[in-house]
Amino acid sequence: MPRIVGVDIPKDKKILTALTYIYGVGFNASQEILKIANIDVDVRAKELTDEEVGRINNIISEQFKVEGDLRREVTANIKRLMSIGCYRGLRHRRGLPARGQRTKTNARTRKGPRRMVVGKKKK
Amino acid sequence: MARSIKKGPYVEDKLVKKVEAMGVSRKVIKTWSRRSMIIPEFIGHTFAVHNGRKFMPVFVSENMVGHKLGEFAPTRTFKSHPGGKN
Repeated sequence: MPRIVGVDIPKDKKILTALTYIYGVGFNASQEILKIANIDVDVRAKELTDEEVGRINNIISEQFKVEGDLRREVTANIKRLMSIGCYRGLRHRRGLPARGQRTKTNARTRKGPRRMVVGKKKK
Repeated sequence: MARSIKKGPYVEDKLVKKVEAMGVSRKVIKTWSRRSMIIPEFIGHTFAVHNGRKFMPVFVSENMVGHKLGEFAPTRTFKSHPGGKN
């Protein structure tokens, strides 16, 4: 089980897919990393040599922002929006969508589970 | 889609002139131009941004640069739904 940047241990999958298990690495970033490292995208993660794992590790830690650092950056950005009192910040504070989506219906991801409205009877 | 970088930020000409004319003195600048980008020159000034009904005071600080003035003067007044047992 190779370990790449910290705790991520994807195993039997192709390395192209395995790398996307890292927070901050998607398909495009994964392709880019493997291209720079000069590693075939179709090798399984467990078949990598230690030296290849090292190369991937180096590339990611030098050129990409992943995991904790990235998470911290995202929360810092949201904090900034909230502290300057702009519209997007207000939406974050209230837990509503910040990009102009409708909230009459849907928006459940942001609003959470439905709250039942009591006392609304049909006549 | 984001605005082309080539054009630079959009700021109402009048607003820039007003800020420049003001110099160091710190008086409130009334404006309807919610669409104007906040540029570094605006830092430290106070704007009264129209929200459709009245003017909302907005004191521009450093990390507001790059936002639009209108983002700081909400146009809607929704408070909360009535009722609901607590």
